[in-house]
Amino acid sequence: MRETIKNAYIIAKREFAGYFATPLAAVFLTIFVALTGAFAFFIGGFFQRGQANLDSFFAYHPWLYLLLVPAVAMRLWAEERKSGTIELLMTLPISPTEAILGKFAAAWAFIGLALILTFPIWITVNVLGNPDNGIIVTSYLGSFLVAGAFLAIGAFISALTKNQVIAFILTATVCFLLVTSGMEIVQNVLRSWTPRIVADAVASMSFLTHYEEITRGVLSLDTLVFFLSIIAFALFANAVAVGQKKSA
Amino acid sequence: MAPLIKATGLRKTFGPITAVDGISLTVNKGEVLGFLGPNGAGKSTTMKMITGFLEPDSGSASIFGADVLTAPKAAKSKLGYLPEGAPAYGDMTPTAFLSFVAEIRGFDASDAKARVTAAISRAGLGSVVNQRIETLSKGFKRRVGVAQAILHDPPVLIMDEPTDGLDPNQKHHVRELIREMAPHKAIIVSTHILEEVEAVCTRAVIINKGRIVADGTAEDLLRRARNHGAISIRVPEADAARISKLLSTVAEIAGVETVEKANGHIRLRALPKTAASPAAAVGDLIRRESLSVEEVYVERGKLDDVFREITMSAQA
Repeated sequence: MRETIKNAYIIAKREFAGYFATPLAAVFLTIFVALTGAFAFFIGGFFQRGQANLDSFFAYHPWLYLLLVPAVAMRLWAEERKSGTIELLMTLPISPTEAILGKFAAAWAFIGLALILTFPIWITVNVLGNPDNGIIVTSYLGSFLVAGAFLAIGAFISALTKNQVIAFILTATVCFLLVTSGMEIVQNVLRSWTPRIVADAVASMSFLTHYEEITRGVLSLDTLVFFLSIIAFALFANAVAVGQKKSA
Repeated sequence: MAPLIKATGLRKTFGPITAVDGISLTVNKGEVLGFLGPNGAGKSTTMKMITGFLEPDSGSASIFGADVLTAPKAAKSKLGYLPEGAPAYGDMTPTAFLSFVAEIRGFDASDAKARVTAAISRAGLGSVVNQRIETLSKGFKRRVGVAQAILHDPPVLIMDEPTDGLDPNQKHHVRELIREMAPHKAIIVSTHILEEVEAVCTRAVIINKGRIVADGTAEDLLRRARNHGAISIRVPEADAARISKLLSTVAEIAGVETVEKANGHIRLRALPKTAASPAAAVGDLIRRESLSVEEVYVERGKLDDVFREITMSAQA
């Protein structure tokens, strides 16, 4: 166990530094902070609402992640396979699990850093009023969990292909379906031709429903289990994909 | 002592193609095994299975007594591997990359630093340590791969075309490195440069269509050449017919053929009947008859010819 954590940490460290070796990190962090701010102020109407909370800020996170998380996840395995370094990585004395955990942790930490860099808006709302900081902390956690689930799915898809563009598009599509599965428009279509249980099952997979619950300040066990089990399942699928496809 | 590398009945198919069809081999300490074969013969696939990267359909491989599939960490910790094309993380510098490998291999900070420094100097990377790997020339990239493979001084070294794309000086350097390490390790080197086999390998294995078709020292392989031990003689054109007839009378000679005709000279080749070279008999003949020959030497045969003969005949 200690060895697993140690090796995963070494992998994560390299991977995390890898983001900063290219302009990707700077571009991503800038755009993320700028867009979250822009959405909160202009589309969410942060000032017009006249409320001391960050609802208008957090509401757009899943939508931003649709675009930005696949960009972070796409290189995780596709690049290793394309450049052949996967052969190097897999013949070092580490287990595939350690590599998968390490890579995922690095990408998740990177998103975490992006979230931390949005702190000025938290300061702003505290200067302007007396927000419920408990809700804000829970919301940040919820946002982080959504990003983690997207990332795990993206890492799995990245392991299926050598092509980063394909990985990006597929990940964005899958995540889009997961976000929207609880929305009226999707549900209406589903209800018209499937039994109620199917529509309900699809709705229960909705990221948005679970995320909205968290941003209201309710961090229930089943929401936590929901996101963590998606992450765990996607990482397991990732391990299978790495094992199966490394030769091709 | 048990062999350091042992492969038993390795088989691998990709869809309808059988890439490797039952390869077994062992390599002991002190041996440098040259792994030869035409492109697509299954060299890289075999090496990938021995290193545990690819799972064979059947058969097994072990390194330092540890099975690569059931005890992968134990096996991989004893292994230095240079994959085909020497892949490395392009966005890192050689120092950062080697430090990463050292850390993964479990060396503590000061030990890791010493090993990285040593590997850099052994692979001759001193001048480029702070450049990103993707900006390096092909030769330096390959040497980064070699440095990574020898960093932990492994008892088993497997290198897939270590000299591919290097200039003659760099090739020489890598071969020197292999020769230097050879006594303490079991090494497999794949190549299709045949001179390399004579230069560094103690043993050569030729594979074709996924099977081993020859296994022996370079000398053993040369012995298979048709003209191994043949006598090559250059004579003036005018005397050629007479000399050729005289040569055919020598008991040890199976036949005489004309190799080339140029500028009034003819090169004759006397093929031996048995493995023993007819050199002495030909020498006697030349002295006895006071033949006017300009050049005489014993041919060794060419590995290229042997290679072609073995791999082409299997195809027919």
